[in-house]
Order: sequence, then C-alpha cells, then structure tokens
Amino acid sequence: EAAWNKSAFDAKTLDTAMSAMGAGKPVESADVQITAPDIAENGAVVPVGVVSNLPNTEQISIMIEKNPNMLAATFDIPAGTLPDVQTRVKMGQTSDVYAVVKADGKYYMAKKEIKVTLGGCGG
Amino acid sequence: MRIRAAAKEGVTEVRVLMSHVMETGQRKDSSGAVIPAHFITELTAKHNDKVVLSAQFGASVSTNPYLAFKFNGGAKGDKVAVSWVDNKGDSRTDEVQIS
Repeated sequence: EAAWNKSAFDAKTLDTAMSAMGAGKPVESADVQITAPDIAENGAVVPVGVVSNLPNTEQISIMIEKNPNMLAATFDIPAGTLPDVQTRVKMGQTSDVYAVVKADGKYYMAKKEIKVTLGGCGG
Repeated sequence: MRIRAAAKEGVTEVRVLMSHVMETGQRKDSSGAVIPAHFITELTAKHNDKVVLSAQFGASVSTNPYLAFKFNGGAKGDKVAVSWVDNKGDSRTDEVQIS
C-alpha cells in the first residue's frame, strides 16, 4: 500500500501533479468515462464517477484543474475489484475535471467540464 | 461511518459515507485566521482479510466523504471493513456484513 503522495496532493498545477503521480502526459482515451453533472448547483458536493474499460486498470485518480490543490483522490484497484468508483468532490468554480487511469503501467485520461453555479471552497 | 455492502450476481457493491470535516486549509474564520487543514488522507477497504480498495484523498473531497465501488465475489454474511486515517493521525474503522 502506497504512502500518501504529498507532492502530488500539494501540487498547484496539473503538470506538477501529473508528474508527481508518475503520469507524465497521459493519452486521452475513450475507454475512460467520467460520470458527473454538466452543471453543479452546489460546488461543495459534486458527484463524480469514473469507469475504466482499459484492461488491467490499476489506479484511478480524479483531478479538478481549477482547485487550489487539483488532485482530489487516487484509488488503487487490486485484481478482482472493478475499475468503477464514485465519490463527491468540492469545486471552487467551473473547471475541467480529469480522470487519470493507470492501466498495464501506462497512463490515460478523460476530461469533462463541470459548470459550477455556487462555489464550494470559499468561506 | 455508514457502510452498505450488497452482493448481487457475483459482484459486491460497497457504499460508504464517512463523517469528517474535510477542512481544506484554504478557508479563513471570521477573524481572518486560516482554518488549519484537516482531512482524511488514506482509506482501506477489506473483504474478510483481503484489501479490495485503497485510496488516498486530498482536501478536495467533499465534507463527509462518499465512496462507492464494486468487487467480484463476496457472499451474504462476509465482512467488509473500511478504515481511514486523517492528516492529524485520527483514524476510524467500521465493519458490516454483506447483505
């Protein structure tokens, strides 16, 4: 089990986060699907699901490009677990949301814009 | 935390609702002082004694985190346990039986 990836979670840009994850520049893939609303009325609780149809999916990460810390979560998928996870994230503003998938040692991604009516990171 | 695990046609679906502030460290209180970050960093789910999911969270996961995932196998009465640790070293483990 990997230790918490501080440098990836602390990263302030997509490129630094990707590089701290070892993902480099992932290839866009139609086999990675993001399930999320087009418009989120409440940025504090935005449901995001990711399904990977890539064989040997080992890891799924969710990143929110315009959040101060863009990496939201990384899920390690052992053999026997389906590459299909859902969670809820905070979004401060309208942003692209990335799903980054590691499959067979290579990285792939998909992205989807979610419009946020009321930001969920303020206070 | 509330955990539901249900087996159907050879697949167990697990849904977890944790209770946690998930404070980002970006917010300020009414006096302008930064509210320190306080969030779950690591989570592990086990089916009996086998790890079926491990996750790392950042502060962008919503307050009272929700998680749903599926694994192959699992039978009624088997145990599913979920544990988390946060950035202050607090931890929690809860367990349910698959229905």
